Amino acid sequence: MDETRMLTGTASRIQANTDKRRAQWNKTVLIVACLLPGFVLLTTFLLIPIAQAMYYSTYNWNGLGPLDNFIGLDNYRRAFSEPVFRGAIKHSFIIMGLSLLIQLPLAMTLALILVRGQLRFQRFFRTIFFLPYVFSEIVAAYIWLYVYNPRGGLLNRFLEIFNPAYAGTAWLTDLDTVLVAIFVVLTWKFFGFHMLLYMAGLQNISREVEDSARVAGANEYQVLRFVTLPMMRDTIALTVFLSILGSFQQFIVVWILTGGGPAFRSELIVTYLYKFGIQRMQLGYGSALAVILFAMTLLFSIGYQRLVLHRTMAD
Amino acid sequence: MNKIKVALLLCLLASGMSLVACGGGSTAEPTPAPTAAPAQEQVAEEPVEAPAQAADTCSETVEIEWWHISTAEAEQAYWQSKADEFIAENPCVKINITVLENEAFKSRLTTVMQSGQPPDLFQSWGGGVLWAYADAGLLKDISPALRGDWQDSVAAKAALDLYSKDGAYYGVPWQWGAVGMYYNKDLFEQAGLDPENPPKTWSEFLDTVQTLKDAGITPITVGEGDKWPGHFWWVYLAIRNGGEDAFLKAFTREGSFTDAPFVKAGEDLLELINMEPFPEGALGFSYGDSASAFGNGEAAMELMGQWHQSVQRSNSESGEGVANLGWFPFPMVEGGAGNASDVLGGGDGIAVGKDAPEEAVAFLRFLTLPENQIQALNDVGFGPPTMVGTESAITDPIQRAIVEARNNAAYFQLYYDQFLPPAVGGAVNDAVEQLFAGVITPAQLAQQIEDSAAMELGN
Repeated sequence: MDETRMLTGTASRIQANTDKRRAQWNKTVLIVACLLPGFVLLTTFLLIPIAQAMYYSTYNWNGLGPLDNFIGLDNYRRAFSEPVFRGAIKHSFIIMGLSLLIQLPLAMTLALILVRGQLRFQRFFRTIFFLPYVFSEIVAAYIWLYVYNPRGGLLNRFLEIFNPAYAGTAWLTDLDTVLVAIFVVLTWKFFGFHMLLYMAGLQNISREVEDSARVAGANEYQVLRFVTLPMMRDTIALTVFLSILGSFQQFIVVWILTGGGPAFRSELIVTYLYKFGIQRMQLGYGSALAVILFAMTLLFSIGYQRLVLHRTMAD
Repeated sequence: MNKIKVALLLCLLASGMSLVACGGGSTAEPTPAPTAAPAQEQVAEEPVEAPAQAADTCSETVEIEWWHISTAEAEQAYWQSKADEFIAENPCVKINITVLENEAFKSRLTTVMQSGQPPDLFQSWGGGVLWAYADAGLLKDISPALRGDWQDSVAAKAALDLYSKDGAYYGVPWQWGAVGMYYNKDLFEQAGLDPENPPKTWSEFLDTVQTLKDAGITPITVGEGDKWPGHFWWVYLAIRNGGEDAFLKAFTREGSFTDAPFVKAGEDLLELINMEPFPEGALGFSYGDSASAFGNGEAAMELMGQWHQSVQRSNSESGEGVANLGWFPFPMVEGGAGNASDVLGGGDGIAVGKDAPEEAVAFLRFLTLPENQIQALNDVGFGPPTMVGTESAITDPIQRAIVEARNNAAYFQLYYDQFLPPAVGGAVNDAVEQLFAGVITPAQLAQQIEDSAAMELGN
């Protein structure tokens, strides 16, 4: 009796073990099968090209024929000693700064008005504000080419109404106005997106929390400053992140509006890369620029996630 | 267990789909390469097929890929009709024409060249860019076919040489001309200038500019947003100041682009720029904007190549262009080392890609036949043809003057941005643009070009 029980016990244990092992095996297969496509795509289209770019960046190479002129880190040295590239980095930072200081607060204000204000045509305005984001960047840029056109463009015509003697400004070719003119287009194009994110964030905040603050005697500013905005922290952190990355990677709008000109005054990192790497057929140098851009965005992303996004999640 | 199996299946399905999705690209039509301004791109795939009954007798159809940049309707139709004629005689040939806008063409060609798959026939200006492709083995040497009758029938020999490197030939020029000053005779008259006696020297030219300004007329228009129109100004001044000698020295690295004539060219140009002879916003004009300003009579002069006559006409509001159009060679700079007859110019040719079939070369030869060139000139309005026996067909006085300048040039210089390696050409265009914008000095302009030349051509 005992023996049988023991035997069956062993058998069931063995059975349980095999089951466990099989389950484990199945699980492994499942994980591998699920990861494989992503892994293949990531490797072919991301990791290998990055490795290739790093390799090319150590050569003086015009993109045609064999790589036979190894120059070590000269391309990197050249990039950082090139005033045009330094200017491009500076412009990217200016666009970034303006986005954070003007574009995001604007988006937040509109979101607050739309969600908290007792507006009658809320949906109508929401659609209007979001509309520019739906256009492709190319369409947006071409629309603004007409607006800025020095020969009878919309903006100059509009200013003429107030000052008939106004001689007109070539907004995109004036060295002093070009970067701001581009920033206006980028704001027009992207504030709707940030606004939508803020609206979603606001809708997640219970009105009761705000109301209780009011009952406790807080004025509207205090409610906003100490209740609403702190509760929006996650959303704000996310839009800041997207906005910064977007400024570094901006290409299409600038390329169509000015091509980085006049005299490199609106050159951004990516337009510089395209112009000096691709158009001038200096693929080695272009690769070095791409690696620099990659390193910048990667470091920023990791740092930001660690310091800001991570903390928000933990809260 | 069942759940896991279902999940597994879903995973496989998902992975299969994603793999199919990325594999699909290879079987589908090749996607167009990304271009600088996709919206500007005009792509017209127009496969021309031989008549069905004729094709039946072919064991194999030979396909020719041809990219050209003649976007004007009449020009497109002309090339199409030539392709049709060739196919009528060679029923086993199929010619796929791709028409691209100039800037879109350049960026798209760069991409396919880097992937090692050039079209069989494509637009080329010759010079440094073409030579870079030749060095990389991306072009077909057509000298076996060219040598003999065909080569002898090319009148523009200097132009043909720009399609050749180390004794091999990679293409043929089909229209070739010179850059010169187009001017509006009516506006000259309005300013009290003698329209039949345009300025011959640089100081006379500056006086002319001042007279026009005083009369309230915008003296010059330039499409500096595209940069290459402005580079004509500086290069012509460099040619007048330094002649062939200075350029060859700088190019062979015996001398340098910071040598005196190149700095002087910048100083001369700056003197002109400081007179503010250009319309507001010219720094952002495309060539098209500028041509329409000239065609509308809003500016008196424009320095441009042989194609300008028809472009300013088609870009003008009336479609007529300047009523009384004149042309004069770039003025001579007093005390310069160059000759007044030296010419900056260039033109269009057709280059042959490395995998082109023999039929493509035969088709190219067909396109350059004198009778076809004469037809292109007179019926379509193309620029000065390149073959022997076509000169007499040129009746337009301006085109005649251009061809004379081209043929009589003691020194013919191809546009720097084509002759020099792409990086140096780009540096020339950008440096000149910065001079136009007033942010660098003539010496800095020369230095920027020299820096790039030192890197690309050696010290």
